[in-house]
Amino acid sequence: MTSVLYDAPGPVTRRRERIGSVVGAVVVLALAFLALRYAAGRGVFQADHWDVLHNPPKGQSAADVWRSILVRGLGATLRAAAVAAPLALVLGLVLALWRTTRLRWLRVPAVAVVEVFRGLPVLLMMLVGTLALGMDPFGGVVFGLVVYNMAIFAEILRAGLAALPKGQAEAASAIGLSRWQSLRHVLLPQAVRMMLPSLVAQLVVLLKDSSLGFIVSYPELLKAIQNNGQYFGNRYFVALFVVGAGTYLAVNLSLSAFARWLSRRTGARAGAVGDPAGLALVASRPSRRRATRARP
Amino acid sequence: MDLIVDNASTYLDGFAVTARLTAYSAVAALAVGLVMAALRIAPLRSLRVVAAAYVEVLRNTPLTLVFFFMVLVAPQFGILPPLGFWTAVACLALYTSAFVAEAVRSGINGVGVGQAEAARSIGLTFGQVLREVVLPQAVRSTVPPLINVLIALTKNTSVAAGFAVVELVGTGRRLSTANAGDPWVLVGVAVCYLVITIPMGLLATSLERRVAFAR
Amino acid sequence: MSRRRTGAVLLATAALAVAGCQADAEDDPAPAPEADGTATTDDGESDPGAFPEGSTMARLAEEGSITIGTKFDQPLFGLVGPDGVPEGFDVEIGTLIAGELGIAAEDIEWVETPSQNRETAIENGDVDLVVATYTINDDRKQRVGFAGPYYEAGQSILTLASNEDIQGPDDLAGARVCTVSGSTPEQNLLENYPEVEVVPFGTYSECLEPLRNGQVDAVSTDNVILAGFAAENDDLEVRGEPFTQEPYGIGVAKDDVEFRMWINDVLEDLFADGRWTQAWESTAGTVLPTPEPPAVDRYED
Repeated sequence: MTSVLYDAPGPVTRRRERIGSVVGAVVVLALAFLALRYAAGRGVFQADHWDVLHNPPKGQSAADVWRSILVRGLGATLRAAAVAAPLALVLGLVLALWRTTRLRWLRVPAVAVVEVFRGLPVLLMMLVGTLALGMDPFGGVVFGLVVYNMAIFAEILRAGLAALPKGQAEAASAIGLSRWQSLRHVLLPQAVRMMLPSLVAQLVVLLKDSSLGFIVSYPELLKAIQNNGQYFGNRYFVALFVVGAGTYLAVNLSLSAFARWLSRRTGARAGAVGDPAGLALVASRPSRRRATRARP
Repeated sequence: MDLIVDNASTYLDGFAVTARLTAYSAVAALAVGLVMAALRIAPLRSLRVVAAAYVEVLRNTPLTLVFFFMVLVAPQFGILPPLGFWTAVACLALYTSAFVAEAVRSGINGVGVGQAEAARSIGLTFGQVLREVVLPQAVRSTVPPLINVLIALTKNTSVAAGFAVVELVGTGRRLSTANAGDPWVLVGVAVCYLVITIPMGLLATSLERRVAFAR
Repeated sequence: MSRRRTGAVLLATAALAVAGCQADAEDDPAPAPEADGTATTDDGESDPGAFPEGSTMARLAEEGSITIGTKFDQPLFGLVGPDGVPEGFDVEIGTLIAGELGIAAEDIEWVETPSQNRETAIENGDVDLVVATYTINDDRKQRVGFAGPYYEAGQSILTLASNEDIQGPDDLAGARVCTVSGSTPEQNLLENYPEVEVVPFGTYSECLEPLRNGQVDAVSTDNVILAGFAAENDDLEVRGEPFTQEPYGIGVAKDDVEFRMWINDVLEDLFADGRWTQAWESTAGTVLPTPEPPAVDRYED
């Protein structure tokens, strides 16, 4: 798009752009340098702010520190996501199919469930789990992730079904398939494949939301970072934060990259439909009319 | 049920904080997000890279981690934001701006290439192409996703409950402790959120439909 | 910078002290008789056969293992380092009780029970007992049974050592006071000190940096929790006498009166023979004065 907004630049403009770009880079780097120097002035880079990662005080071992973050902390994050994601998918599928019922009044409950749960904060649903339903923190986190994401998954799948060309359903019924058969064998497989990038992108959101467990005392990655910071002292928060943020970015960026790769693969195949996955994190086009509300 | 009625004023206080958090963060996020979107389509490569990194990093970071940074890590750098409300606004604005930037950028990219080509071929300048042809179309397809970003922001303000702001969820937590975990407490909180999110969702859907038909 | 250096020295000292305690607990049998079941058989209770048939004690002694809920983030009472081993007074008390059942320290499974989760954990049977700075009160007695108390804490105030203005709860009017969202101390402040501006966080440790930076004026919760922070940070001080009573009890299933009464017996033994004092002095007693043991409350339902 940007390339057609202006003429292909000539040699002079190209040189000017290159110079501008270099100047921009220099300014950005200079700002970064100033920030780092300021931080260094605060003693942030001194060895005694970082030794927690290789030679921690209080008679603890570095291996234990890393284990507490990457095995117990990240493990708990992934465990919550791994339990919640399949549950949310199954329930989302049920809701999406329920919404295809032809009787309007039968559809109402499914529509209501989807509309209500995607309008509520995940944290609130986690508190409903722990405070009102008496679940332990793990149960509360999973409960919050499931009820929210099932609504989103239901929306994504509905969007996928709606985006299929009408001819698909017509052809299926023309060869004598029942409504259920045509969903099962013709429509759903296409819808799921088409929406796969969005589904994966939603998994990134789900994984990110598991960090809300921090607020309801679930010992996930962020909690592990904080526990270490508390145990060893506040001056280690910078080092521990770098580890925690790095871990989140590594996991989420890989998932996002996976979604992008999927989107490119499936996009090529489902050419006729264009990019219905406009809501994907990686989308380069606006969501089309059936797009789901993407939740940052 | 009586519990919600009896504590109506407490709920209203929480609701007001949530609404103010949302409003301030939304304005700031829109401003920053628009700048970032502009940088992402700028002709200067280095700025594009910076803006892209900003958006990608924030979108793959949990909001809780942004709060964690502001409240617990930033003081190590000697940065002391006033605790509570304004820190929460800063975190929410920072985080949401990445999603605003992405929505705007997709909106601009979503305008058919032929539109710009046609506009250029009839001799419009760069400014005219953007002003007369591309932006009017981009804005229309950007508004519904932007509303969805704002809905998400409304819900995300709840994270501030974990970091010294007593908004709706924080209020719910307090009332829940005071009333021995009565489930109705949180139902009241849920209703307060739905009052904001459901109408906004309906608005986004109807706008989406209108934009789609206009195509 | 100088404050940092002092802090580092103190931390190193604390580390040495902690290492010392651990070495004691592991190598020297004297302060840790609980690890050795036979050393405490004067009343014959560590023999599984000695417990009434069908009782919780008999079951646990038979199984040879026990699950105990405690705090994982409470200095001096229940604090877990990266190695996953909890330490503190609550942990010592739990270990002593397990010892009376003939269960060795390494056969105890420690489970984190944060404040809002303690009743649920007991009701669901996820834990056999809870020793987690757990205040006995009537609301909670509706859902769980309490043996003890084994310690009397009280809500107090932590502030900067340099802050002379705050000496007690009555000085808090108009002050910003940090506490934990949805906790009993928060409720107490809201109800009885309406002029206090309450700043709620998720955990008490998150309050420390804002306190140091002047973003809040004080932190308020149980005195022993605050003492743990004051001990690790020489720029912080606990002020005034406790202004509430928080008897810490041991939570068990509500209808298991037999188990509750048995734990009361054990606690009285611990009070009498000095093991309670030893447990205190090796943990919270490193920074707090040693109190007299409280009297257990054998309440009837």
